[in-house]
Amino acid sequence: MGYPHPSHPRETPILSKYFGDPEARTLAGWRARGGYEALEKALNTDPQELQTVVKDSGLRGRGGAGFPTGMKWSFMKPDGKTHYLCCNADESEPGTFKDREIMRWTPHGLVEGVALAAHAIYAQTAYIYIRGEFTEPYARVCAAVEEAYAAGILGPNAMGSGKHVDVHVHRGAGAYICGEETALMNSLEGRRGNPRIKPPFPAVAGLFGKPTTINNVETLTTVPYIIKHGAEWYKQYGRPDNPKSIGTKLFSVCGNIRRPGNYEVALGFPFKDFLYDLCGGPLDGREIKAVIPGGSSVPILTREEAEGAVMDYEGFVASGTMLGSGGVIVFDDRQDMVRQIARLTRFYAHESCAQCTQCREGTAWITRIMERIRDGLGTAEDLDTLVAIADGMSGKTICVLSDSCATPVMSGLKKFRHEFEAKIAANPSVVTVPGAFRASAA
Amino acid sequence: MAEVKMVSLTIEGRPVTVPDGLSILEAAKTVGVLIPHYCYHPGLPVAGVCRMCLVEVEKFPKLAPACATSVGEGQVVHVHSPKALEARKGVLEFLLINHPLDCPICDQAGECELQDYTFAEGRADSRYREPKRFNPVEDFGGDVLYVPNRCILCTRCVRFMSDVAHEPVLNVSERGDRAFIGKAEGHDLTNPWAGNVVDLCPVGALLSKDFLNRARAWELDRAPTICTGCSQGCNAVAETRDNVVVRLKPRANDQVNQYYLCEVGRQGYREFNRRDRADQPLVRQGNALTIAEWDDAIATAARVLAGQRVRVVVSPNLSNEALFLLDRIMGAAGGDGIFRLERGEEAVLPGAPDLALREERAANAMAARLLGFTEVPSVGPSIREGDVLLIVGDHLEGVDAVDLDRAASIVFVGTAVPAVLEARAAVVLPVTNLLEEEGTLTNLRGRVQRFLQAKAAPGVARPTWYVLADLLSAVGGEGQFYLPAEVFAALAATHAPFAGLEYDAIGLRGLSLAPAAAPVDPREGVA
Repeated sequence: MGYPHPSHPRETPILSKYFGDPEARTLAGWRARGGYEALEKALNTDPQELQTVVKDSGLRGRGGAGFPTGMKWSFMKPDGKTHYLCCNADESEPGTFKDREIMRWTPHGLVEGVALAAHAIYAQTAYIYIRGEFTEPYARVCAAVEEAYAAGILGPNAMGSGKHVDVHVHRGAGAYICGEETALMNSLEGRRGNPRIKPPFPAVAGLFGKPTTINNVETLTTVPYIIKHGAEWYKQYGRPDNPKSIGTKLFSVCGNIRRPGNYEVALGFPFKDFLYDLCGGPLDGREIKAVIPGGSSVPILTREEAEGAVMDYEGFVASGTMLGSGGVIVFDDRQDMVRQIARLTRFYAHESCAQCTQCREGTAWITRIMERIRDGLGTAEDLDTLVAIADGMSGKTICVLSDSCATPVMSGLKKFRHEFEAKIAANPSVVTVPGAFRASAA
Repeated sequence: MAEVKMVSLTIEGRPVTVPDGLSILEAAKTVGVLIPHYCYHPGLPVAGVCRMCLVEVEKFPKLAPACATSVGEGQVVHVHSPKALEARKGVLEFLLINHPLDCPICDQAGECELQDYTFAEGRADSRYREPKRFNPVEDFGGDVLYVPNRCILCTRCVRFMSDVAHEPVLNVSERGDRAFIGKAEGHDLTNPWAGNVVDLCPVGALLSKDFLNRARAWELDRAPTICTGCSQGCNAVAETRDNVVVRLKPRANDQVNQYYLCEVGRQGYREFNRRDRADQPLVRQGNALTIAEWDDAIATAARVLAGQRVRVVVSPNLSNEALFLLDRIMGAAGGDGIFRLERGEEAVLPGAPDLALREERAANAMAARLLGFTEVPSVGPSIREGDVLLIVGDHLEGVDAVDLDRAASIVFVGTAVPAVLEARAAVVLPVTNLLEEEGTLTNLRGRVQRFLQAKAAPGVARPTWYVLADLLSAVGGEGQFYLPAEVFAALAATHAPFAGLEYDAIGLRGLSLAPAAAPVDPREGVA
């Protein structure tokens, strides 16, 4: 549902059905709503079978990368080794706040999903890594875990199945990079939250060097529904012509829009209808200028591009961007895109872990240039430099933070170049030779 | 040993076959291709952060870090392709944007990898127009100074302290381009091995306070030597400027010291710069030691020794050759040999196999024992009434004049005349110190290692082995020696532990004494 707004008839509320319903937070309330039935069923099912069901359902990771969840699970074999499950609740992508609502309103839904997944990957121990700034979600999840232990849902004999499932809740210290899966593991281990070189991948050597599966909150919360209703049931959600994007997805909408909030729609939903119908479109007398559809790391769309986009993994790629985390940021015609992009790069410059040269130096350099242009002191050569830096930062580092910083600059320069040029033209300290750098605009 | 799987690939058009699991960077080294890198160091865990070693591997979607990518069968690697070159150019430009470019006043200039690679592959100019980041210089304690503005955050120093020295004093503090190398509150780089971070630092960010502003790297002469700080026998390079030793740096040797040298070893070079050197042979005439010709001095010394009860006092820092010749001299003139040994606390480098600053603080006690010299707790009490002393290399620090007065006569062979001997020595034969001659030493594990001459001797001082060879002839001993190699050959021929070793075959990394039970290499020892 479009929490905090009433549910829109075109939404498909599965995960968000109980947003705003305080009773769903308690164990009794969650059970009354059908909770923990899937877990009980799952604990008495062979993990291999659970992996197959999730694989068949077509569920893909909801954290941003969209890796098929069932496939990720299938890397975990009954090899007798210690396995770990990590739940990535370090939701820190600017513009994204879907996991927060899941944890605030349906913490038992998450605990159920985590316990289920732990069993499905032959793990006895699961960690929920919650973003440090999430005080209320942290309290809610802790309360739910406590309740679940007290009720015997977790522990050495989970739900009487004889299976051992432990869930630990860990609170981060406020670093964006700890949402990167290997940095999260380092952080959990008590090290500096630096991403690790892959390979080895977490499925081979993850947390504490042991085979580890790491999934996003939304992904894990979805799993119990799939186990309960079956893969076929889940497959009904999505475009009939695109079997690669299945299910519902939460989109958190913010920015210059009439009804910001969390919306859950079946994948394949038309983005234009989403923006204008569900979210109510721009404010009175305004017009949408640009939209970032999947969290700040994905390319920016112009209004025209956004209106033609389809909301699923492939649909957004076809429009030149990505589904990402589902954090929709809307900019209307009042917004200065240079300022907005400068703000984003500043965020990345602040959050770079400082390991890789390109990221450490590049994010800060880009920010300095962006802010100079923003302040009206840019020069024509700055634009070429920005492109060169962004290019030098892409695809060359351990993790994708560097690319994430380059992306809004690249797409902004491509689509809103005129705003950059207007600022540069107004720079009083630049003596422009008539016809020199404006030649390209002519 | 289990069969190692071999992998064949192509690097820069050259076919390579290396053991499976090796990194592309190491595999490239085997065919003489140096892939530029900063954070990678063979003695440290792989970090993969500088991104300088990005290479193009055919069929890989992205450039791969050569240090962190294992070789694969049939891989085709391009190190100098336009794409890889462009990436390295980018890294260099990024590294330099906040770098002060103060090479003219930087100690690292001339031996700086940032300078070298920028010169080789970097952009001629920078596109950076913004103010540079600034952090003040910090004293890291010990011998180390940190200049954060030059730092490229390769984290070699951090990894050395945590993974090799097992004393995690350094860390990366802050994030983004505000990051710098931090030091744990209340701790200093006082670990006896901490000085290695200066050598590991590929740029001028970590400097030796001792070497600070002392010399430019390109003005230095270098010679391979062996550290005499303890019995470990760490391989080192002695660097001199205008015949003055300015520093001692480690020389890599997997069998002995990996890539490291401890603080005691580093600071030990001062001994070789003594200004109070004896530079002329001296013979006593009445109350005074007067300058003599070498031939006369040697002849006088031989006369003093002849037919007497000779007690030879040696330094355990003498070369194998000198000790062997003394053994021969004792054989010819009669007598016995003693030495004393300074001891200190052992300091292990836990991350390296069998490497420590050893208790025995001399380089060649092993050979002294093998050649029959006896260790004594102190020299003075071991002097008997009426002894003729032949003192070689021991400068008699702490020896009482009263004890020396028991000696009938004293022949001194050394680099500087001890004050107590000025009135007592009959003959003084001035010799070179260890950095002024060549020869071999034997470490505590029985590894025989060569050292070469690093600087010139003062005056007419001669190499110790040369003087002792002359003395041997003068006392009627067996053998004529004109080269240290000849001395060593005689040593190997007559002393079983050294059997089979050849001076020229020892090379710069040393060879082990053959233990009696060791299997015989079929290629050697065939009569």
